Amino acid sequence: MPHAIECRQLVKRYDGRPPVEAVRDLDLVVHEGECFGLLGPNGAGKTTTMEILEGLLDATSGDVEVLGYRWGTDDDELRQRIGISLQETRLADKLTVRESLKLFRSFYREGIEPDEAIARVSLEEKANTYFVKLSGGQKQRLAVACALVGNPQLLFLDEPTTGLDPQSRRELWEVIRTFRAKGRTVLLTTHYMDEAERLCDRVAVVDHGQIIALGSPARLIAQLGGENIISFSLEGGFQPLDDAALARLPSVRSARGGVDGYSLTVEQPHVALPALLGHLQGTGRALAHLTTRHATLEDVFVSLTGRHLEEEPANGQPA
Amino acid sequence: MASLRDWPVWQLTLARLRLFLREPAAIFWVYGFPILMMMSLGIAFRDNPQELITVDVIEAADVQSPTSKVQGQLELAPNPQSAIRNPQSLLTTDPRFKVTLNPAENWRKRLQAGKTDLVIEVNPPGSPQPYQFWDEPRRAESRIARYAVEALLLRAGSAVRADAKHGHADGAAATVGIDSHGEADASRSPEVRSPEVKHLEQAGSRYIDFLLPGMMGMGLMGGGMWGVGFVVVDMRVRKLLKRFLATPMRRSDFLIAVIFSRLIFTLADIVILLLFGYLAFGIRSQGSYLNLTAVVLLGGAAFAGIGLLVASRVQTIETVSGLMNLVMLPMWILSGVFFSSERFPETVQPLINLLPLTALNQGLRGIMLEGKSLGALWPQLALLAAYASISFTVALRVFRWR
Repeated sequence: MPHAIECRQLVKRYDGRPPVEAVRDLDLVVHEGECFGLLGPNGAGKTTTMEILEGLLDATSGDVEVLGYRWGTDDDELRQRIGISLQETRLADKLTVRESLKLFRSFYREGIEPDEAIARVSLEEKANTYFVKLSGGQKQRLAVACALVGNPQLLFLDEPTTGLDPQSRRELWEVIRTFRAKGRTVLLTTHYMDEAERLCDRVAVVDHGQIIALGSPARLIAQLGGENIISFSLEGGFQPLDDAALARLPSVRSARGGVDGYSLTVEQPHVALPALLGHLQGTGRALAHLTTRHATLEDVFVSLTGRHLEEEPANGQPA
Repeated sequence: MASLRDWPVWQLTLARLRLFLREPAAIFWVYGFPILMMMSLGIAFRDNPQELITVDVIEAADVQSPTSKVQGQLELAPNPQSAIRNPQSLLTTDPRFKVTLNPAENWRKRLQAGKTDLVIEVNPPGSPQPYQFWDEPRRAESRIARYAVEALLLRAGSAVRADAKHGHADGAAATVGIDSHGEADASRSPEVRSPEVKHLEQAGSRYIDFLLPGMMGMGLMGGGMWGVGFVVVDMRVRKLLKRFLATPMRRSDFLIAVIFSRLIFTLADIVILLLFGYLAFGIRSQGSYLNLTAVVLLGGAAFAGIGLLVASRVQTIETVSGLMNLVMLPMWILSGVFFSSERFPETVQPLINLLPLTALNQGLRGIMLEGKSLGALWPQLALLAAYASISFTVALRVFRWR
């Protein structure tokens, strides 16, 4: 399969005291026609990586090839072929949706009609509305439409659904799926694990400027050794349970205790659950709370880093 | 697909025009404000040919405390019916004066408060001096009022003498001598006839004629600076510049469109001001409107370039606002918008003449008031062209897109 994006030993260092390495020796291959997600907490280096690939930022060192072209020599060819939605762009307040798209369309040699771009993001009813009057989700869809209007082969979306309500997020996912269904490539960043699971063919989990896990969401979850999670907490006990003893229970792959309780990665809940209850009875402790659920990429991240992805309030930032 | 609507420069320009026209506040500041300013200044400083000199005449001489008193000496004729004996009647016949006889209020207070410019205190009959003047020497109006009254009385005095010489007066021979300053001792030169006064009646010499080109220059400066600098920084803050950079848009197209739209606004701005000046005050340019357009465009380009330079690296609206005011404030004061820049000391003149707004105002006034040709204005035009080209070149070099 040809590569849409290939980068080797990518480094981005910001001078300062001390110097900050936003991206450290990052290798990445994105295949043509896949939807690839860069996943990680804020400040992991996702956006920096993305902007280097977009040609908006120079790498300190490393090798980048996008659609077979290189930044610095084939910039115009590349710009004609990629579509970009930045993390935060406020278009001109008092241009309508259609006017903004006409403006962006004029920059490209070839592309789709502004009205077609409007239709692709389902903004027909808002075609004559000023940007400033759009809701957060509509603004984000317009941003994606501006990226689509040049009919790109490769779409870069930086945190496309951050701060959106669930309905708006689903609408945007639909736009992205439709684009991908035409055999085009998408690279997106997100810190929503569910978004990556539902949307991406493959994800790279990024932390501290490095990729710490790479693969399809299903495979990454499978690598946990169990696809289910049992979470529980105990009645008023100050005596912590032994993580190692819990991990030795049948069908339990790993165990982790924390301030708000314990979580077990489990292969077969119907085997592990009776064993856990027996173990608790043996130690004389009573359950306060217990749930089981499927494992998510969040659990992958926790198992790899020992940290949770910091959650942001869903309506945290104005788009 | 090479039609106009697909041309990026046109689309970018169109966007600027739309955004401007959809911002009522911007329209007011660019078009409404200069007109309001010109209207109020034009009314406040309108050159009234009958600018009134207010004079109080006090008949009851009950005050005697000579702080700043000028005594009028009159050689009284045996038959004191001459006009000089009665300054009030003389003053009321002259339309330049507004005479109040025995005001109810204390006349000292009136003089002090500037309600009257001069007080003539008429002494009781039989006094050695028929009347005395009270002025407020620190106030220009008051001094002018005294000179005017003195001149009037002097003229009347010489007229009386002339009449007396020709034997038409009833034996009246009065002379007016103004002792304290000795400015005009008519008694020494009784033959002097007061000279005839002629007024220079030339269009373009009123204050409003002087003001209009200054307002045009100020408008070009403000419009260029704000219209380019503010807009560019706003787009940078919005990350819109960065977003444009992520498209195949040519950077030069963007900058050309910013300047191009600016020049369109500039012309509209100037046409509105000129039209207003013509309709409200009957102002016409003495020189050719084509030359005027050339100077306007050059000035617009110079200030658009300076605006672009000021905004080329600034990251916040607050910073750019401060910087623009820093650049513009000295020129508002020094460059002869409201009054001639030649009033500043000789030593700073070379510096003032290097300011772009000074050059622009000189250019505009040279054409509008003096009907000069472009050739006669070449130093100013060359300076503006240098500002335009240097600021553009530097701005392009250092411009920050993100």
